[in-house]
Amino acid sequence: MQIFVYLAAFLLLRRLIKTIKFTPLYEKWGKMLSVSSVLVWIIWLGTESIFGDITNILLSGIFLLALVEYIRRMPEFNPVRSFLEAHYPLIAIAVITGLAELLFKNFYHDYDYYFQCAILLGFAWIFARWASSKKQQDELRAVSLRNTELDRLVEERTAELTKQKNELQEAVKLLQTTQQQLIQSEKLASLGELTAGIAHEIQNPLNFVNNFSEVSMELIDEMEEELANGNNDEVIAIATDIKQNLEKIRHHGKRADGIVKGMLQHSRASSSTMEPTDINNLADEYLRLAYHGLRAKDKSFNAELVTHFEDGIAVVNMVPQDIGRVLLNLFNNAFYAVQRKQKLGIEGYRPTIEVSTARKKDELEIKVKDNGTGIPDEIKDKILQPFFTTKPTGEGTGLGLSLSHDIVVKAHGGKIEINSTEGEYTEFVISIPAKN
Amino acid sequence: MKILVVDDEADVQPLFLQRFRKEIRSHEIEFDFALSGEEALDYLESRHSEVVLILSDINMPGMSGIELLSHIREEYDAPPPTVFMITAYGDEENHRQAMEKGANDFLTKPLDFNLLKEKLKFFTE
Repeated sequence: MQIFVYLAAFLLLRRLIKTIKFTPLYEKWGKMLSVSSVLVWIIWLGTESIFGDITNILLSGIFLLALVEYIRRMPEFNPVRSFLEAHYPLIAIAVITGLAELLFKNFYHDYDYYFQCAILLGFAWIFARWASSKKQQDELRAVSLRNTELDRLVEERTAELTKQKNELQEAVKLLQTTQQQLIQSEKLASLGELTAGIAHEIQNPLNFVNNFSEVSMELIDEMEEELANGNNDEVIAIATDIKQNLEKIRHHGKRADGIVKGMLQHSRASSSTMEPTDINNLADEYLRLAYHGLRAKDKSFNAELVTHFEDGIAVVNMVPQDIGRVLLNLFNNAFYAVQRKQKLGIEGYRPTIEVSTARKKDELEIKVKDNGTGIPDEIKDKILQPFFTTKPTGEGTGLGLSLSHDIVVKAHGGKIEINSTEGEYTEFVISIPAKN
Repeated sequence: MKILVVDDEADVQPLFLQRFRKEIRSHEIEFDFALSGEEALDYLESRHSEVVLILSDINMPGMSGIELLSHIREEYDAPPPTVFMITAYGDEENHRQAMEKGANDFLTKPLDFNLLKEKLKFFTE
């Protein structure tokens, strides 16, 4: 019966050869396993001729055990471990049979048949296990095949996504540059609207500079005359006038200077440095610019400008050119709204723009109110969105209020509140934190 | 002769007073000032008979010079006061409108006081 045990050993070796055939392990083990498989039969023949039939079964069991244990200790053969373990029952049966044959001869001869059956069963067990493990391995192979396919797909998708991500990053970069350009062109557009207002605002102080210097020259002539006449009182009065005139010249020179500087600041890319600013001056300056800018385009337009500037607000930290732009934008919108309402020809309608400033606890509040067309309810939540405009194409960029919102809320940590009734009025309330 | 000057810029007042220093001292001319069209109308309501000449700027917030002119022409016609309008340089549109509404003459900014004096001389004779 030992032939089955040797056969099992032989088949085990052949099976291992088959398993590792196309792997790098074949290099190391292939030859050795082939030689061993032949060696199995030589051992069988050897033991058969030396020991005869007796005790051969025990030896075959020990031989198989040694072989299995040896292979089991090689880490390379871990994957076939369960297949190796399937040999233990046969080994155990062979050893028990061998021992029974050697020690309990009579007992063995009485139950010879059962021992042989047990060996056959042990042998069959190996093949049953082999078949089931083969099935398992096939499944595993199929799974690993699917895994590789999935890995490939995942890799493909990842590459695709990375490409898309890069494209999106490019797009974002492009959008950011475009946004910067838009902000800049919005500034220039509003500067263009201001040109006429600025010209008027510079012309006025220049006129005063010219007039006061001329009149002062005349006064000096008169002063000489009075000196010659010995009219000392008159001379002193004239001198006082001249001094006042020089002060006026300086005042108006500075006024023009301030306007030019403001204009430069307005067109320059934001330096965004906070500095203590007199909001009343700033609001007044931009209100006049906006008013004269509009008047330059529409000579028949006229509006009442009402200002309630709270005295002693003191200076508040802000980025003056940015807040100036916000105010300019609100003023332009207010003038636009009253101008449109005026064109409806309502009797007794007087366009009015009110600007007020006030100090509330630890914030500065600026209100710009007009009695123009108002904001319809359905667009109230849209007016702060970029590119939203009610003006005809080409007249508004739709960026004014959205930029104003960014400046007040994001850059200054303030807020913008809008109150309006359609057809009656619109009021923007800007609050900026002001620490003492 | 009393002249009312209407201009929203307060600094024109010392200019007139200094330029016409001699005339004021010799009581040839007297000046009054208004800072807006509305103020000018209030002033005229009580004293229009005293005023011989009105010099008004056109470009003013609130009531413009043109509006003031129309009011004056509507409300005061016996005798109609003389109104000189002051326009900004190159402002053809306002010039045309003021002419239509019946302005007597024009001055352009910056004011040429010598020219104004000439005109006044002609006016007083």
